[in-house]
Amino acid sequence: MSKVIENLRYSKDHEWVRIEGDLAYVGITDHAQQELGEIVFVELPPLGERYRKGEEISTVESVKAASAIINPIEGVVKEANEDLDGSPELINEDCYTHHLYILTSFSEDDYGELLDAEAYQSYLETL
Amino acid sequence: MIYPYIPHTDEDRKIMLEAIGLSSMEELFSGLSEDILLSDSVPISQGRTEDEVQRMIDSIAQRNVRGIPFLGCGCYDHIVPSTVEALSSLPSFVTAYTPYQAEMSQGLLQAIYEFQSMVCEITSMDVANASLYDGANAATEAASLMVSAKRHASVVLVSSTIHPFTLQVLQTWAKGTGRTLRLVAEKDGVVDLSLLPSLLDADCAGLIVQSPNRYGLLESYEGVAEILHEQKALLAISNDPLSLAMQKSPGEWGADVAIGDTQSLGLPLAYGGPSCGYMAVKEALLRKLPGRLVGMSEDAKGRKGFTLTFQAREQHIKRERATSNICSNHALAALMTTIHLSSLGWDGMVEAANQSYAKAHYLAYHLAQLPGMTLVWDKPFWCEFPLVFSDPKRLRKFMQELRNEGIFAGVRLSTLTRQVKDELVLLVAVTEKRSREELELYLAAARRVMK
Repeated sequence: MSKVIENLRYSKDHEWVRIEGDLAYVGITDHAQQELGEIVFVELPPLGERYRKGEEISTVESVKAASAIINPIEGVVKEANEDLDGSPELINEDCYTHHLYILTSFSEDDYGELLDAEAYQSYLETL
Repeated sequence: MIYPYIPHTDEDRKIMLEAIGLSSMEELFSGLSEDILLSDSVPISQGRTEDEVQRMIDSIAQRNVRGIPFLGCGCYDHIVPSTVEALSSLPSFVTAYTPYQAEMSQGLLQAIYEFQSMVCEITSMDVANASLYDGANAATEAASLMVSAKRHASVVLVSSTIHPFTLQVLQTWAKGTGRTLRLVAEKDGVVDLSLLPSLLDADCAGLIVQSPNRYGLLESYEGVAEILHEQKALLAISNDPLSLAMQKSPGEWGADVAIGDTQSLGLPLAYGGPSCGYMAVKEALLRKLPGRLVGMSEDAKGRKGFTLTFQAREQHIKRERATSNICSNHALAALMTTIHLSSLGWDGMVEAANQSYAKAHYLAYHLAQLPGMTLVWDKPFWCEFPLVFSDPKRLRKFMQELRNEGIFAGVRLSTLTRQVKDELVLLVAVTEKRSREELELYLAAARRVMK
């Protein structure tokens, strides 16, 4: 059973988004990290670049697979989580504390279209 | 005597057909429509015995003309120590090939690891892969890497002085992948990098250059990496790896990618192949590097061991998101290069490079004194130089007369490029293998023809 947190929004590609002021934090869900298994590398996106919703923004490698991270809402990359550079296993330890990157100038509309915790939970049950 | 090299007897075929419930071969192919089936027998001549074929091929081989080669254009007649053939023919190496059951083949993995380490040392780069098919293949992989490393970039700048065949392979790559090549023109026999700022825009993923270039001339890349990096574009430098014993390495020019072909390091001429490509990158591009990569590690008992590593880059894991379809390497050819370099050592490599340089310059200096041919561009070169003739008739006569004396004088560049402007250019290659006597023979013949 994977953990889903209240007050976050979710995409069907298993990314979460948390808004703090004018910043959007993006990470991967507990379901995603469980599916990936032991994570060995997180490719961080380049700063200052604008990514659209649904665009491949980075890659997470585990011992099993290399998976694309699909950007859940349009925005400009303000910061990438450098902590993951040497310690990608932080995602396995707590995927909701350790975001992958932060977006600024993000799309409120895209955010509005994401699933809330309950809807994401229901979605997971259909998989 | 004829031995048909077909393992199945009529009896075997009958048993196999019965096993799938059929009675004849015709029935097996009955699903194919009449119009694609052969109605007559295949129009090939009567078979010959092995001995007859052997004699026929021998008689063709007899027609080969032997001579002293001053031929280059990407394939050079260097001295290869006998250790290369002796060791690389060991059955354990010949049969191992690319490591599919990788960790079973510790010996081969170690050999590949040594190869990668040597490539890094020669090119001053951080990480090299287990080899590619040849130098042209390495160039297309460099182009793919560049495009995958920069968002929304689909243009690759290419020097018009790279080897004509490499350019052709790059053009095939561009056509197949929907990318664009933008050529950087040449000036006085070398790439004109003053054009770079005007050609470089946000669509450009990088630049591929080559030194020695298609004329054998050495190029300078001072400040080029900086110009490219400002636009987030990458620099790939292709070299004859032996030349790196005496010219500045890609790492020293600030390149992001080093590519080339290891033919000059232990591989026979062999009618142009098979060869072996190499590719090395800066550590920041490690995850974009295509192909096999061998790492050194420890097993559970703390013993040193070798293993395939960073496989998440490779297509069998990345699948449709992979940026390269390389899933093999030229293990045997790479092994020959590794044994060659181990036999020569760094000092031996420097000596081979220096002797090639000295002998090429000796010949070039004396040829340049003769009427009707010039070293048209006053540019530094290494072991190969372009002689430009005053007219095509003289060039043909020169080549023919020298050939009559058992000397292959060089390669006409137009045979590679099919361009009129190259018809007067003869590329002459001189390696450390050419003796003083052979150089004097060349000069004496040239003096007779060109007087």
